[in-house]
Amino acid sequence: MINPLRPIGSAFLSFLETTGRLVMFTVDGLSHCVRPPFYGRQLLRQIIEIGFLTLPVVGLTAIFAGMVLALQSYTGFARFSAEGAIASVVALSITRELGPVLAGLMIAGRIGAAMAAEIGTMRVTEQVDALTTLSTNPMKYLVAPRLIAGTLMLPFVVFIADVIGIFGGYLVAVYKLGFNPSNYLQNTWEILTTLDIVSGLVKASAFGFITTLMGCYHGYHSGGGAQGVGKATTNAVVSASILILCVNYILTLFFFTKDVAG
Amino acid sequence: MSQDNAAKINLSGVRKTFAGGKKVVLDHVDLEIGKGESVVIIGGSGTGKSVTIKCMLGLLKPDSGSITIDGKDVNNMSASEREDINQQVGMLFQAAALFDSLPIWENVAFGLIARNQCSRHDARDIAVEKLKLVGLSPDVLDLSPSELSSGMQKRVGLARAIASNPEIIFFDEPTTGLDPIMADVINNLIVHVNQTIGATAVTITHDMKSARKIGDRIAMLYDGRIIWAGPTDAIDHSDNEYVDQFIHGRTEGPIKMVARR
Repeated sequence: MINPLRPIGSAFLSFLETTGRLVMFTVDGLSHCVRPPFYGRQLLRQIIEIGFLTLPVVGLTAIFAGMVLALQSYTGFARFSAEGAIASVVALSITRELGPVLAGLMIAGRIGAAMAAEIGTMRVTEQVDALTTLSTNPMKYLVAPRLIAGTLMLPFVVFIADVIGIFGGYLVAVYKLGFNPSNYLQNTWEILTTLDIVSGLVKASAFGFITTLMGCYHGYHSGGGAQGVGKATTNAVVSASILILCVNYILTLFFFTKDVAG
Repeated sequence: MSQDNAAKINLSGVRKTFAGGKKVVLDHVDLEIGKGESVVIIGGSGTGKSVTIKCMLGLLKPDSGSITIDGKDVNNMSASEREDINQQVGMLFQAAALFDSLPIWENVAFGLIARNQCSRHDARDIAVEKLKLVGLSPDVLDLSPSELSSGMQKRVGLARAIASNPEIIFFDEPTTGLDPIMADVINNLIVHVNQTIGATAVTITHDMKSARKIGDRIAMLYDGRIIWAGPTDAIDHSDNEYVDQFIHGRTEGPIKMVARR
């Protein structure tokens, strides 16, 4: 007779093993971010990849998110004759939540997947082993530049997304719903505080770290063959997306507990 | 090939298992490789040849036993000490393992650039020189690895392995997947570069033609152990039925084609 506790225990041990391996990978990766030698060309390549080449997809996401938000807010708020709050809702939603979360999720799909696939392919074709034989630490050469670029560049990307998202809301409000342009902009400017912007950028930094960490971790531990790389890619995107949503809640709680309590 | 009595690499009682100790791949492997010597490790697929070479390179850590290079125990070294040892090591991987994202010249000069041994300009000149040594013209310098045939990729891999004039070169199945003529070209190149730079060479292969051409000495790995080792010209008179079956490629004999344990 099979002990019913065995699969539970086995799953728990597997969870602990994965968690331990991830923590050790994170600590190792972070330690290589601050210890020389530094691979400037690798870092520059990742900065361009994350900070520049993702802008079109993030920009498109942001502008449509802002436009839909303005439209939906209008249809909802019109019931209470509160249409004037649309500018505030769009600005706060974009800077605090939608900008960082949507950009984080888009980048998890675009960058996290690409990193897992690239490093995973390098792993199964022995390129990672080749780095070691060439006296180059793969953690330092492959992982550290990606972690640094992800953490530093996502706030920049999200800031651009914030501007584009608010502009999307402005377009709908002014040209579709007939709002006064200067009033709309003034309402937007007045409602936003430094905390709204900064909290979004801090979230973006955390999401950039999570996305690159998951991409590197799953690629680095990729199994053999095309199937292994495919699985690593899927795992990178799924785990990064879930972690982004979890961490988003924790950071929101941290930044806005007073508002919630008040 | 030049050779003296000092052991460059020594494996003693090396054991390596996988799957929590259930799958024994190496079981007390003993092997001594002299300075300047070219040793070929032969054996069937799945007998642990690649695991042996990966243990020597520090890519895998043995469960027990010791591996020394120049008398230093490499199993218990720190990562930075191991990196220092690897500076005198070159490796030709089975599928060349060239970096897709870099042009050919940067692949060849990768170790030199990564260790800041020279400027990028000088590294490119060295890449030209090493590529010439393996019979490739400067036309390939700025191509990417995917633009080359597998034979040319192997040559580039060989040029990368010898770029820093290493004291030890490892060759993992250097002729696998190549046509007979290209395989012979690679064999000749390996002999040539070993003679040119006087390195200690360790090759793993199941290609007997290659083993006979490259090796001063041959060791046969079977069932996780070295079951025979001796000079290359003595392998035809080994009096070992396992070796006889393997080198003649016979299906009848003590080696059974069964699943690995």
